[in-house]
Amino acid sequence: MPQPIHPLAVSAYTVTSALGHGVADHLRALEAARGGLRPNDFGDAPLACWIGRVDGVEDAPLPAAFAAWECRNNRLAWLGLQQDGFLAQAEAAIACYGAARIALVLGTSTASIGATEEGYRRLENGRMPADLERSGVHMPHSLTAFVAAALGLQGPALTVSTACSSSAKVFASAERLIRLGLVDAAVVGGVDTLCGSVLFGFNSLELVSPERCRPFDRARRGLSLGEAAGFALLERAGAAPAAPRLLGYGEASDAHHMSTPHPEGLGAELALRDALARAGLDAAQVDYINLHGTASLKNDEVEAALIGRIFPASTRASSTKGYTGHTLGAAGIVEAAFALLALEHGFVPGNLGGDEPDPACGPQFAWRGERRDVRIALSNSFGFGGNNACLAFGKAAA
Amino acid sequence: MSMRVHVEGIGLWSPQLADFAALHAQLQGTPPPAPAGKPPASTLPANERRRAPESVLLAIEVAGQAVAMSGRAPAELACVFGSAFGDLSITDYMCETLAHAPTELSPTRFHNSVHNAAAGYWTIATGCHAPSSAVCAWHDSTGAGLLEAAAMALADQRPVLFVCSDVAGAGPLAPITRSTQAFGCAFVLAPETSPRTLATLSLQLAPRAATPMDGGALPAAWSEANATAAAALPLLVVLAGRDRHCQMAAAGGLGLEILMENVA
Repeated sequence: MPQPIHPLAVSAYTVTSALGHGVADHLRALEAARGGLRPNDFGDAPLACWIGRVDGVEDAPLPAAFAAWECRNNRLAWLGLQQDGFLAQAEAAIACYGAARIALVLGTSTASIGATEEGYRRLENGRMPADLERSGVHMPHSLTAFVAAALGLQGPALTVSTACSSSAKVFASAERLIRLGLVDAAVVGGVDTLCGSVLFGFNSLELVSPERCRPFDRARRGLSLGEAAGFALLERAGAAPAAPRLLGYGEASDAHHMSTPHPEGLGAELALRDALARAGLDAAQVDYINLHGTASLKNDEVEAALIGRIFPASTRASSTKGYTGHTLGAAGIVEAAFALLALEHGFVPGNLGGDEPDPACGPQFAWRGERRDVRIALSNSFGFGGNNACLAFGKAAA
Repeated sequence: MSMRVHVEGIGLWSPQLADFAALHAQLQGTPPPAPAGKPPASTLPANERRRAPESVLLAIEVAGQAVAMSGRAPAELACVFGSAFGDLSITDYMCETLAHAPTELSPTRFHNSVHNAAAGYWTIATGCHAPSSAVCAWHDSTGAGLLEAAAMALADQRPVLFVCSDVAGAGPLAPITRSTQAFGCAFVLAPETSPRTLATLSLQLAPRAATPMDGGALPAAWSEANATAAAALPLLVVLAGRDRHCQMAAAGGLGLEILMENVA
């Protein structure tokens, strides 16, 4: 088992998804149990399904100085960076530590593949059209390279791309770099946007629901895809005494199958126990868990059993995919933000869409929103390839 | 702030070099015979080997070589798989299919398209439940990935397998990625010396050098054909005992200074 870590301050965070731009929109939607999914209107020949699309991305081109990075994913990143004063917080961190002493670790599943797809739709004599002959948007590091340029960061910069656990694992990478003294702070986060690859890809695996996704409902029919951007600033605890804390994280592999979870949730449980050990916590101390809860048949079955065998009924659990859709590589940061909102506002979001609970779900499930003190909150993120991560957050010690 | 990691195993594959021993031979002036066909990737069971895309075969081949050299059990190693571009043939297939017949997309090709496909196949084949990751940083993927893997080895005091590999570009992406042939390398990194230690590396972040390192005595065409080769060959030359120092790009303005302290 790993050694406990020194908690880090989450001194700023922001999220943009189908629920709105910035944390206030998200808190309002969660409190009102108002989901953000809509009938699929993305692309020329949309599949009959529901999506979590972010409003306003089309109307928000990048500033001219960043034109080389222009694409939907980087637009969403830029839109996200402008919420909740995050740009100013990043600037303040640069002024405090220096641009080379701040790491940038971002998660994404498909980055700007939408731009590559667009290029293939309008090839000119077998070549990318001239306006898309930009090498920076045809590779998975596009997001991180753009954000490094946009924020003026000059420290280590890494993209983590482990499918749906990507932007949870960025917290682990950042913590290691800070612990080793290689940097003093880190901007972490993730962005993924709707694109043909994921809509038709998940459709090919028969994992897309024709209706709004219903996580942990007995009649769930699969997932709804979404898009989102989220960022957080991590510093040593002394730098922000009142800020919520990253208490721990865990990472583990299923070693089972490329696209279905381990039947007993082995990797998920290892990640969860690793996170608790790093945070120095017992399961019974956890007040809220934001579940991976994709509404796929298998994920929810395995995850419900995991929660049932590890946590007491006093631990509350819910999936928020019914609000945002599954935002893939951005799901880790979106749901980390929801865990942080639960801590800050004493509100456990209800498991939207679970109208008829799957009998596998135990008494831990919060089917409706609950107002209560939340001191410790976890977030689960599991990805293709059996890639599992769990994050532990807590209030600053009084 | 410098980090010391201990190299216990080295894997290498390109259309010219079948393994690290072949690089030694090349540096000694006796160019080795080119490997025949695809990377063998014998760590994978036969049925998985048939389904796995080229990028996965390449990554698994070099990973298997490095772990075999280390003598470690693969299941005990955390792993970090780096690649600048992922599987460019699958990207070409996906984008081509989406442009013309999106509902005909192959589910197997889709799940093989994730950047962590190699990490998934590797952990499944070796029964590894340790943390696994897949990372990239464009032309700096090797340096940024090495930093990630070394940080994991030192922060958690555990051995880590680091793989970095890229295949050739395909279709309209070929001229954009400028990746014209495959190259992969892998290293088993440990936080402490042991009888398995082949070399000790001191790593330090520093301003990026104005002129990138080249592979010295190696053919320039190898570096020009693949960004990962360009980044990794100078380190492999160091590990072959032909040099003591190199710098890898780790991010925009950041380099990773690498100094070899001793050779077993």
